[in-house]
Amino acid sequence: MDLITSPGFINFHQIYDLTHKILTGLGVGSSAAWMSYLAACIAISFIIINVLIMSTAVYTWFERRVIGRFQVRRGPNRNGPFGILQPIADVIKLILKEDTIPSEADKPVFTLAPIVLLAPTLLTITVIPLGETSFLGSLNIGILFIVGVTSVNAIAIFMAGWGSRNKYAILGSMRGAAMLVSYEIPMALGITSVLLLSGSLAMTEIVKQQSIWFIAVMPMGFFVFMAAATAEMSRTPFDQIEAESELGSGYNTEYSGIKFAVLFLAEFMAPIITAAIVTTLFLGGTKGFDPIPGEIWFVIKMFIVIFVLLWFRATWPRLRVDQIMSFAWKPLFGLGIANIFLIALERQLLSDSAGNLSTENLIIMSVINWIITIGTLLIMANVLGRKKFERPKPVPSPLANMGGD
Amino acid sequence: MAEIRTEPVTINLGPQHPSTHGVFRLRVTFDGEEIIDVEPVFGYLHRGTEKLAESRSYVQIVTLTDRMDYTASMSNNLAYVRTVEKLSNIEVPERAQYIRVISAELQRIASHLMATGFLLNDLGALATPLVYCFREREKILDLFEMLCGARITLSYMRPGGVLQDAPEEFWPALETLVTELPHYLDELEKLITSNEIVLARTREVGILNDERAIDSGVSGPNLRAAGVKWDLRKADPYEIYDRVNFEVPIGALGDTYDRYYVRLLEMRESIKIISQCTKQISDGPIRTETPYFIRPKIGEAYSSVEGPKGELGFYMVSDGSIAPYRCKVRAPSFINLTPLREMLLSWKMGDLIIILGSVDIVLGEVDR
Repeated sequence: MDLITSPGFINFHQIYDLTHKILTGLGVGSSAAWMSYLAACIAISFIIINVLIMSTAVYTWFERRVIGRFQVRRGPNRNGPFGILQPIADVIKLILKEDTIPSEADKPVFTLAPIVLLAPTLLTITVIPLGETSFLGSLNIGILFIVGVTSVNAIAIFMAGWGSRNKYAILGSMRGAAMLVSYEIPMALGITSVLLLSGSLAMTEIVKQQSIWFIAVMPMGFFVFMAAATAEMSRTPFDQIEAESELGSGYNTEYSGIKFAVLFLAEFMAPIITAAIVTTLFLGGTKGFDPIPGEIWFVIKMFIVIFVLLWFRATWPRLRVDQIMSFAWKPLFGLGIANIFLIALERQLLSDSAGNLSTENLIIMSVINWIITIGTLLIMANVLGRKKFERPKPVPSPLANMGGD
Repeated sequence: MAEIRTEPVTINLGPQHPSTHGVFRLRVTFDGEEIIDVEPVFGYLHRGTEKLAESRSYVQIVTLTDRMDYTASMSNNLAYVRTVEKLSNIEVPERAQYIRVISAELQRIASHLMATGFLLNDLGALATPLVYCFREREKILDLFEMLCGARITLSYMRPGGVLQDAPEEFWPALETLVTELPHYLDELEKLITSNEIVLARTREVGILNDERAIDSGVSGPNLRAAGVKWDLRKADPYEIYDRVNFEVPIGALGDTYDRYYVRLLEMRESIKIISQCTKQISDGPIRTETPYFIRPKIGEAYSSVEGPKGELGFYMVSDGSIAPYRCKVRAPSFINLTPLREMLLSWKMGDLIIILGSVDIVLGEVDR
């Protein structure tokens, strides 16, 4: 409990104190402590699960509407105003469907996989500071907690593929295992550079340190993190795990009914979580100007990030398996390391004796970093990368002669 | 430490699979992600079109040809009625020939748009380019609806001409399409042609060289992508193709990208042909009077046209009765699959889908 400090927002401590007060008032005596602890746990879980499920419902509607506009169509517009009730109809449909388990499946693994995928996704929201603090108060190892918890995804996806005993599912989950593990590294490198700047693992502290948003201070770190995070939630151009046009549906091919709903819930929560993390780490979290409260700012920024992610999804084709892996290990890994080196160097040179960075120095850093980032990307694109594509001039084959021209 | 052993896995890709363009089935053996063996299996959509034709009159068979390559009914109709005309020596009025060429070229654009859209869908682009392509195809289908009331299974052509003259509102609508389509093709190209991911996925993937293409009897855009300048519209001009100017675009490498790009260039050439035809067309009859039950003399005939997928030919034998004795179709989709195995070997799972997509098959025509 020492790790968790400073109450504020609706959080564990408030609920704990409240129930403790009520229970002692009722004269429960010595059991009041553990009972209120339990009550607070249940209350927090209830809030988190419901907040996330409801926001996922809104998100699925938002995604389908936005992608509909990208694709010159309207998107769902039948149920309720602007089709806002569509997610409810979807969930009812999914719950009423028959829940089948393939006869050859590894039943315990097959059944557990959706839960294993959903649980870590739900856990991450606990440490994200939606206002002054997060649901757990302020966890002082917040970002480490997120990195640790989200890496469970790889196991869950592998369990789903392995348990189904379907060749498409196994192919998808094999790709998933390789890809998710690889992209953990650039993602961690992106996070490390944030930690170097903020000097703290606590999410609230990271937000507090952003007198200038970190996206401005280190665009390269943002790029690395964003690319890795897109891969972590396996969206195009990195949607190898599902690869609808190749593998049917990848790891969730054999799932139906409520298990499929849970898998999809986890999958559609991923962009929300990613957007929340990106907002916290790079976009100044709850910071904004005054009449609008911080929570609203947070949601606005989240939806901007989500929109960008949808933009990727609606526009880009998918990369091939080996291209994805080489993208993680060659350019992204290199850029991540270079970025950490750069930030560490600048921090050493520019910080005062107490190790704090003033706003002026942050501005100097951002100017230097923007120049370096643009320069590096230009060099990578034009010199190190493949030559600019020129279509070789077609030469008619001598094997056929049409006559005339 | 024990040596890690892997073993090849055989996967049945299809007949139910989102990207086999119908009910095509590939029995693929993978070593990890790499393809080490491919065996195409087809026949899931076999409806016995050729046999059915033997018990139908010559005009009724037109409706059967619609259902072969259902993305290019006009071209099928054209290939069929040309064979019947050759078999029974029927002359076609000039205006009918122009209308036929205009509708066949419109059909070529529609078919290529569909091929491009589905290729991009196979690349994993979540239907956005597909919807762009279908938006344009829809306008062409609207034109077909003006011509004959149908949109997909058209049955517009008849031995001796076409079903009916184009209505008045057809010509301004065609004019609008011809002026606007290049702009939309530019828009599509902006999205695809120099997209880094598309280039990385398609360049030098699934190369089919000119020698192998000719040996396998490949025709159409796939052959031209391999660098072979061969187009029946130029090599053996039928209808009024000798009166219009157009280029035959060819590819440089014969890879997946070239097969896509040649189709895009061909669409632009088709637009050129259509706009020339609208200028040249004059009034006149649209159909030679033929009896409803045509009884050709005893004999045989083969005639082929340059369909959107390649050389589409009909071979018909007449025994003097009202139904053909034999009707054989040279289906380009089917023959273009011949070199598929060599094109796929040693590529990866994701490449398989796009190579198959770039060959552009329609199962209705493969299985007939």
